[in-house]
Amino acid sequence: MLPSSTSDKVFRSTLFVLGGSYVVLVVLLLAADLAYSSWGQLAELLGKPEIVHAIWLTLGTCTAAAVLSMLVAVPLGFVLARYRFRLKWLVDALVEIPVVLPPLVVGLSLLILFHLPVNGVKLEDWLRSNLGWSVTYAVPAVILAQFAVAGAFAVRTMRVTFDQIHPRAELVALTLGCSQAQAFWRVALPQAWRGMIAAFTIAWARSLGEFGPILVFAGATRMRTEVLSTTVFLELSVGNLESAVAVSLLMVAVALVVLLVLRGLGVERRA
Amino acid sequence: MIELKNISIVSGSFALRDVSLSLQHGEYVALMGRTGQGKTTILEAIAGLRMVTSGDILMDGRNVTRLAPAERGVGYVPQDLALFPTMTVRENVGFALKVRGVAKAERDARVHDVAEWLGISRLLDRRVTMLSGGEAQRTALGRALSFKPKVLLLDEPFSALDDETRQEMHALMVSVRTHTGVTVLHVTHNRAEATALADRVIQLEAGAIQ
Repeated sequence: MLPSSTSDKVFRSTLFVLGGSYVVLVVLLLAADLAYSSWGQLAELLGKPEIVHAIWLTLGTCTAAAVLSMLVAVPLGFVLARYRFRLKWLVDALVEIPVVLPPLVVGLSLLILFHLPVNGVKLEDWLRSNLGWSVTYAVPAVILAQFAVAGAFAVRTMRVTFDQIHPRAELVALTLGCSQAQAFWRVALPQAWRGMIAAFTIAWARSLGEFGPILVFAGATRMRTEVLSTTVFLELSVGNLESAVAVSLLMVAVALVVLLVLRGLGVERRA
Repeated sequence: MIELKNISIVSGSFALRDVSLSLQHGEYVALMGRTGQGKTTILEAIAGLRMVTSGDILMDGRNVTRLAPAERGVGYVPQDLALFPTMTVRENVGFALKVRGVAKAERDARVHDVAEWLGISRLLDRRVTMLSGGEAQRTALGRALSFKPKVLLLDEPFSALDDETRQEMHALMVSVRTHTGVTVLHVTHNRAEATALADRVIQLEAGAIQ
């Protein structure tokens, strides 16, 4: 700690009080949920096959959506950070749209995309008859709904990550014999490791919290497309507040475990 | 050996017009000039990191103007060194050889040799983020020279060093020339450095070589 004057102490206290008030709010929210629920209810909940199904589906779809998000976020983030091209401003704006759109609208747009006839053919029907894939109101719809929103957050994170890495090392790699692809894989990407962990984490967490687009595009059918966020809705809609709160706590626990594991991986890599 | 024929580079409001320059095989040339005159731009053009608007760059009589940087075989040490921060000194120095698919045993031997005459043998397993200024300079030089380039481009690499370390680096550059016979184009603001190291000092003024 530095030696400080009275005004420094006032400044520091203001920072702590203002910042700390938000932390207190989060703690109060969790404490209220915990006070309302009990271990018995949580244990009972974990005994229900539909809840167990929802937990596994949530873990699976969130991971799939986060992986898909990374598959687009790494190249797109790199392109936006490194290349200048015509209409770049438009691409920049387009990838922000899922961030600012109401989530329900994203779900509605997905529904329309898959069921809009183009030359008399709907994308949903084409996928089913040619590839045997059912999307709407099935598990792929859950993943797509999560990916549509989470991808935007991952792209934003990866763009900032590559923006912060000076391109000079990649240029030197080119003079040392690398092709542009080799410079990307061997020099840029290893430096982006922390950003990739952050982008994956954000995409995963966004997917976990996604609700609106899933409800519209995938529905909330028990033992089929029900994920934890829709479980809360289903329990609330039948007036079962205790279960809704217990599932919410379960989501908090799952999120905490995954975020801590990912953060641990990042820290380990950094060390 | 290196010949720049009427090179013009225009980028936004910056323009370098009709620059011609030639370096003989094994020659050490210092390029001086005020900030913003385009010295770094000339180095980048030779290394293939900047498109020239017109004119030609020849190396050993071969026109390399449109060649990718990887095909030019030029060693480049930028001002900020740009060492690869996720790698050790050994990995940095051996990078160009690894990219070229050189077998590990041969690569290790070459890295060992380069590290030996640059005085960084004891640092080989250290991360480059843990190096002092002089050690980082030596590593950057080792990385640029590892694949035995015929041309070495130095962009004010010693400007941030203290006097003592700079003197050490000057002595090292003399030894590098003796060891490799490499042709050097060295951008510097330091007149004493230029006259101490170079066979010839040239000046870039108002976008033209004086």
